[in-house]
Amino acid sequence: MVAIAVIKQRNLFTIAMLTGIYSFLTAGLFMDLDAVDVAFTEAAVGAGVTTVLMLSALRLVGSQQRPTRHPAIALLVVGVTGAALIYGTLDAPNFGDPNAPAHTHVAPRYIEQGPVEVGMPNMVTAVLASYRGHDTLGETVVILTAGLAVLLLLGIQSGPEIQHNVSAMGRHMVLRVMVKLLLPFILLFGLYVQMHGDFGAGGGFQAGVIVATGFVLYDLVFGEGNLRKVLPTVWLTRIAAIGVLIYGGVGVFSLFAGHPFLDYSALADDPVHGQHLGVLLVEAGVGLTVFSTVLIIFYAFSGRRRQQ
Amino acid sequence: MSLMDNLPVLVVILPLLATPLVLLLGGFGRAWAIATVACWVTLAATAALLQRVSVEGPVSYRLGNWAPPWGIEYRIDLMGAYVLLIVVAIAALVLVFARQSVEKEITAERRVPFFAAYLLVVAGLAGITVTGDAFNLFVFLEISSLASYALISLGRDRRALTAAFQYLVMGTIGATFFIIGVGFLYMMTGTLNMMDLAERLPEVADTRMVRAAFAFIVVGLGLKLALFPLHMWMPDAYAYSPSVVSALLAATASKVAVYALLRFLFTIFGLEFALGDVPLDLLLMALGLIGILFASLVAVFQENVKRMLAYSSVAQIGYIVLGISLANTTGVTASILHLFNHALMKGALFLALGAVVYRIGSARIQDFHGLGYKMPWTMAGFVIGGLSLIGVPPTAGFISKWFLVTATLEQNLWPVAVVVLVGSILALIYVWRVVEAAYFIKPASQGIDQAGDVSEAPLSLVLPVWVLAAANIWFGIHTDLSLGIATRASAALLGGAP
Repeated sequence: MVAIAVIKQRNLFTIAMLTGIYSFLTAGLFMDLDAVDVAFTEAAVGAGVTTVLMLSALRLVGSQQRPTRHPAIALLVVGVTGAALIYGTLDAPNFGDPNAPAHTHVAPRYIEQGPVEVGMPNMVTAVLASYRGHDTLGETVVILTAGLAVLLLLGIQSGPEIQHNVSAMGRHMVLRVMVKLLLPFILLFGLYVQMHGDFGAGGGFQAGVIVATGFVLYDLVFGEGNLRKVLPTVWLTRIAAIGVLIYGGVGVFSLFAGHPFLDYSALADDPVHGQHLGVLLVEAGVGLTVFSTVLIIFYAFSGRRRQQ
Repeated sequence: MSLMDNLPVLVVILPLLATPLVLLLGGFGRAWAIATVACWVTLAATAALLQRVSVEGPVSYRLGNWAPPWGIEYRIDLMGAYVLLIVVAIAALVLVFARQSVEKEITAERRVPFFAAYLLVVAGLAGITVTGDAFNLFVFLEISSLASYALISLGRDRRALTAAFQYLVMGTIGATFFIIGVGFLYMMTGTLNMMDLAERLPEVADTRMVRAAFAFIVVGLGLKLALFPLHMWMPDAYAYSPSVVSALLAATASKVAVYALLRFLFTIFGLEFALGDVPLDLLLMALGLIGILFASLVAVFQENVKRMLAYSSVAQIGYIVLGISLANTTGVTASILHLFNHALMKGALFLALGAVVYRIGSARIQDFHGLGYKMPWTMAGFVIGGLSLIGVPPTAGFISKWFLVTATLEQNLWPVAVVVLVGSILALIYVWRVVEAAYFIKPASQGIDQAGDVSEAPLSLVLPVWVLAAANIWFGIHTDLSLGIATRASAALLGGAP
């Protein structure tokens, strides 16, 4: 329903809000499927940051969509794709079937051996950061690439036109007090999620987004100048790069220790201990990169509107 | 583990980890130097790796020391190492060219991120060629694609932005289709490792889900490799991007997408399923043929030489796909060989064009008048690349065309062979238009190029052009390396044992 509303709506502001709702609903669906980590990410990234970024983009372009044609060919493509998806799922293994291939082949080892080999209760983190750690390194680099792409495309204004202490929303006492109250908790929660990824749901991706959201909130209410003084763009780019370097560095360290790339067992005498340390380190790298990339993208959008 | 054991991972992480270094150390000169050193060292590692694979057979590497299929495996066979060599060699050569070209075409504050993105493209493409894991391939596909969208958008023409956006939309659809397909495969087999997939797929091959997965993956990769009629993004993307980027992407990106297609068709799904159960061979052949004719015809009428070459690339993809659709050893050999040779010719052509743009700031055909005398070395390089594109002996292009024609005749498909020859004639026409403009038309006196000021491009631009032009001739005569590996790789693919 929400998706149809998004397509029908002409007001882009409404659309941004509706996609946020859509993401929350998806997150709920993921929760229902017991995929807590995915739900967490969807809520933080899909509903949180994406909505904020869309809104900042809307300030640049205005909120009314111009009337467009409805090309029949697009509908055809979407129709065919949908039909293929349904066709494909018709003889899929039943939902929740314990004998489905997805549950019988590689998954048992993750579940049974994961806590022993990697030494952490949250097996999602174990798979992400260790068994398939190389994918996660790749994803971190994708994030860095996204930040770079935004930098290359939009550039970031950092000149006299930034007005210190002038908020885009005007001065709202209530907002200011609330943000001041909330901010420490948001940042603390971000840190908790960062450090606690190996025990509960969470990890670097979510934590980076949460902390960045805290910064964005401050920036929106208290004006742009302050944040940019504390964290100039140059430094954000460097932090994003350092995040990737930390992750890659862990890998290179294990190379030099005579192990394969990203074998965290090389980090300590006890392999399981090494795994744990490795996961903490790479999560820290992921967190740094995600955090600074989100801020880079936010800066790029919010810094541009004064050009008009 | 020794250095040699770590070669498979080094070829990816060298460019990958050089990226943050570029961003941290900054400065145009330093960024260029780091990128160049990283690419050349990677090239050395690639050469050693190819040597090793060629002697010992496929090499497997366990990332994080987890055994496949639980962990991610890098698996490099001859075809992978061969495509990797194409990517890294072209990337290293183009970087020599890049220093002066980028200085001219990219604004100062964007040069450092430019080289960072360049390295990411190289790392992503290299990753695709070495990985033995279907999802890992997607991750690298995303890295290289995102970075290339950003690079394309940096063209000086405002239309570069639209071109990049169009590519972004098409590319994202392609990647999404691909990952839907991989997801379906995971549902049916419970694994993401390519070898494991190949082993477990036959059991479930006769299900709708696997057929749907196959369709999604082929269409997704078809978008990435600009298979006609999914090529719409390519001409604009290549025409409006900076010279360096056109050269890099035209010579490498579509090759890697073809590699991924070959990998899925032959290694994972297997010949019988891919080209037997599904009539994909006929479809690919038809699309390849139409692609050759249509794109070559359009290329003839282009006013912008870059755009012309881009359409020519669509046509060349047609040849490559045609070779695959024949599904015999000669055909697939021709395709793999053409991956290599086309990288050489398009690399030479786009770099020569980049040198022209460096001097006259335009790639329109009417601005080429008289250039044959003003920039003799550059234009001579262009002509050699063009001859190779047409397929004139003794250039590399001749060898791949020869194999393709032989392969079609082996199956008594002489009308197909005729189309290949017609395509060559069309190539002759469009290359001739440039040659005619450069050598036989006197520059108009009101010349946009302020006749007379234009001189030969600097050495760092001409040198890479000539290395590639010379390679076009060298590999037209000494086919041991290119043809030898292509033959062995295609035999391994069709034999089913990679």
